[in-house]
Amino acid sequence: MTALARLVFLGRLEDLAGTAELAVAPGPLEQVLAGLPRELAVALLVDRVRLALNGQLLTDSGGITLGEGDELAFLPPVSGG
Amino acid sequence: MLDVRLIDGPFDPSAEMTWFTARVPDAGGVVSFLGQVRADNGVQALDIRHYGPMTLPGFRALGDTALRRWGLDGLLILHRIGEMAPGAPIVLVAGAARHRRDAFAATDFVMDHLKGESWLWKRERTTDGWRWIEPRAQDHADRARWG
Repeated sequence: MTALARLVFLGRLEDLAGTAELAVAPGPLEQVLAGLPRELAVALLVDRVRLALNGQLLTDSGGITLGEGDELAFLPPVSGG
Repeated sequence: MLDVRLIDGPFDPSAEMTWFTARVPDAGGVVSFLGQVRADNGVQALDIRHYGPMTLPGFRALGDTALRRWGLDGLLILHRIGEMAPGAPIVLVAGAARHRRDAFAATDFVMDHLKGESWLWKRERTTDGWRWIEPRAQDHADRARWG
């Protein structure tokens, strides 16, 4: 059995995904996103959504491949006061 | 001394201030800011979400920056997460220093950065249901004051 990777959806993305976390098969990010509902995948890829891999903010979302046990978080713009 | 905490239930700001000031006996001044859930626009509840791997580490980094920038005896940063009612305390920031200017400035600095740079997502409930709160331009302007 292959260990899974995990997607984490913050803020309004959680509502859109219908869940706070989703276990996915490891692999290139494009492949992982292709397995999601199209509306969700599009919302995850807009510029304003930042990505963090295992708690580290990514400066470039290109070329990401999720390994077993990796956690990729999608962070929409944070709320002001 | 840096005390940074995320709190997932109600907290007592005056009890926290008593404990904080007891730990900075050499400070000549202590400045505190208490943020509460605003009771306007028909808001019935506020819900604050965080991301464990990033939110608290981000608060600690902000606290460390303030400690380096001003001469502080202590800095307290407490922030609620979860659901709360109007009037409930959300955030308590306190700076203790030998002289008041450092305490005022550090507390103001931390609040301006908490408002716009924290990994926190807020939504509020009105009679129309839950609504996510978007970033405000004013928060960016507030941070820009610090260069």
